[in-house]
Amino acid sequence: MTIATDSSKTNTGTKAEQSIRMYRRMVMIRLFEEQVNELYTRALMPGLAHLYVGEEAVAVGICEALKPSDYITSTHRGHGHCVAKGASPDRMFAELLGKEAGYCRGKGGSMHIADPATGNLGANAIVGGSAGIATGAALSAKRLGTGQVAVCFFGEGALGQGVLYEVMNLAALWKLPVIYVCENNLYTEYTHYSETTAGDILARGTAFGVHAESVDGQDVRAVHATAQKLVDRARKGEGPAFLLCNTYRYTGHHVGDINREYYRSKQEEQMWKTERDPIKNFATWMIDQKITDATKLQTIEDEVRAEMKAAVEFAIAAPYPTIDEVDQDVYA
Amino acid sequence: MPEVATRELTFAQAVREALAEEMRRDSRVCIFGEDVAEAGTPFKVLSGLVEEFGAERVIDTPISEAGFTGMGVGAAMTGLRPVVDIMFGDFLTLTMDQMVNQAAKVHYMSGGTWKVPMVVRTTLGATRRSAAQHSQSLHAWLSHVPGLKVVLPSTPYDAKGLLKTAIRDENPVVFFEDKMMYKLKGPVPEGEYTIPLGVADVKREGEDITIVATSSMVQVALGAAELLEKIGLSAEVIDPRTTWPLDEKTLIESAKKTSRAMVIDEGYGRYGVTGEIASVIAEGAFYNLEAPVKRMGAMHVPIPFSPPLEDVTVPTDQTVFEAARALCGKA
Ligand SMILES: Cc1ncc(C[n+]2csc(CCOP(=O)(O)OP(=O)(O)O)c2C)c(N)n1
Repeated sequence: MTIATDSSKTNTGTKAEQSIRMYRRMVMIRLFEEQVNELYTRALMPGLAHLYVGEEAVAVGICEALKPSDYITSTHRGHGHCVAKGASPDRMFAELLGKEAGYCRGKGGSMHIADPATGNLGANAIVGGSAGIATGAALSAKRLGTGQVAVCFFGEGALGQGVLYEVMNLAALWKLPVIYVCENNLYTEYTHYSETTAGDILARGTAFGVHAESVDGQDVRAVHATAQKLVDRARKGEGPAFLLCNTYRYTGHHVGDINREYYRSKQEEQMWKTERDPIKNFATWMIDQKITDATKLQTIEDEVRAEMKAAVEFAIAAPYPTIDEVDQDVYA
Repeated sequence: MPEVATRELTFAQAVREALAEEMRRDSRVCIFGEDVAEAGTPFKVLSGLVEEFGAERVIDTPISEAGFTGMGVGAAMTGLRPVVDIMFGDFLTLTMDQMVNQAAKVHYMSGGTWKVPMVVRTTLGATRRSAAQHSQSLHAWLSHVPGLKVVLPSTPYDAKGLLKTAIRDENPVVFFEDKMMYKLKGPVPEGEYTIPLGVADVKREGEDITIVATSSMVQVALGAAELLEKIGLSAEVIDPRTTWPLDEKTLIESAKKTSRAMVIDEGYGRYGVTGEIASVIAEGAFYNLEAPVKRMGAMHVPIPFSPPLEDVTVPTDQTVFEAARALCGKA
């Protein structure tokens, strides 16, 4: 493995170090996804993938508030969560290509990356499918007294699933250390969320007595500050929270969703990319604050780009699992 | 099959044409599901329908399978004829209470008073590199439950005729489409026709072995039959087209004629469709059989993502050919 995870460094260092770390993580996600798209267009990746480009500040801001041992559950759009929680890109790419060196030995693919070492309980291809798992992990943490917190990432589409409401009720009743992070990127697959979502999103949490807040999901500092507060609360036994992160996916629902004009305009996409970009805006802020300068940020980008290229090459060269793997691990 | 095939349609076009015709014929027919309107589903099967029938009849729903399937049951009981779209067959699991405890039971529990004329359209099939939660073939689950009918078309012609019948049926019908088959072309005549549920179709006549195959496995069986012909074995390929009602007579008669039978289905073999059909044949043709009935289905594993692994989990022309050859004592 060429790339070490640096998740052990989260929650440490000065504010400036933290900013640089968050910046690097966001760039990692962006360039990871760039490579995924490239693999798809070059027909090197089996199947499809759902890119996280545009939403980087959410995963990074939240995971910066977590310890390596804290849990996350993720979604079909999960690469960003994995990277933010400390997964290494080479094993992720290997998984995306169905290779033995992948996090799931090639059995899971893009939508199912799981990694106990970084507290990743797994990405889930069933919308809302991990709400129970995250809440159950919070129950374990409470019963076993481990002090861990669980974060359940889901898209606003999952607000349609009844299971979410069942578990929020339970989490509030039992004061479980779980944070429901709703990533509202405005669209489910090809439908604007306003056409499928009635009423107020935050009220869905408060109805159960779950503390609920919303945050600008393009602002990594705001996401991180809010997440830190909610994580601390949960860790102290003050119960679950619901965090609505307003964000946007820059590209299609999946890599094959190229013609999008029937459900959203090019101008809208352009507006988010130019005015609301989480990486660009954070870079500007850091330079203004004299935390860093443009040259140093360019160096980070170059380093990450090289890292991603090496990771892809590793994955392409890696072998597939042998056929006798196919019926292994059906049962523990 | 049609007498004169004047044109070819894809499987997806045949499904869409059946829906359009039935929606023109009966204003109570409506569609609901995720991304069914402007998007026309991720597989583009429903493209154009919202333009013709409007958003009142082609209705986008939230991602709430249990909720809108339950609404399908209620709407069907009270005057609409809903066609509920469940994007991937894997998501049927989210609707199981609505399907099994509600839709399937209403007519019987009410002493035959209420009816549920609803269709649930969904998909099955692996090898699309979609991994374990988007690749399953769960039709056996529904076939197990009295009160539900289950349809598994394998050609554009069958898809159109069977779907029209399903929509006109007074019962809940689950209609499984192989997602790998949407682009498959086949002859579909112009004009009105329907195909009754519970009537098997002989896709190829033969003398030496009966291969019963469903849905995605029909093409595989036909491919295997070609290979068998090259070594001098004549295979009869039978597609039951519906797992319930099941055309037992056609299956048994064929097995009696050929004296050997195998059953191929993309669901899991254990406690599945192949087991049921094999036992029907074994019971009905026992004294005419020269070998035990052979079954082939998906390997008993969650469908893996990795292509070389996924490819060995489903029967292929070659593996069916080899099994058939062995069953005929020519291995
Ligand atoms: C239960 C279920 N229903 C439908 C789907 C198909 N599907 C996959 S992603 C998606 C949209 C999800 O939207 P959202 O939750 O907002 O996440 P986003 O894709 O926007 O990140 C749908 C409908 C699914 N995977 N699971």
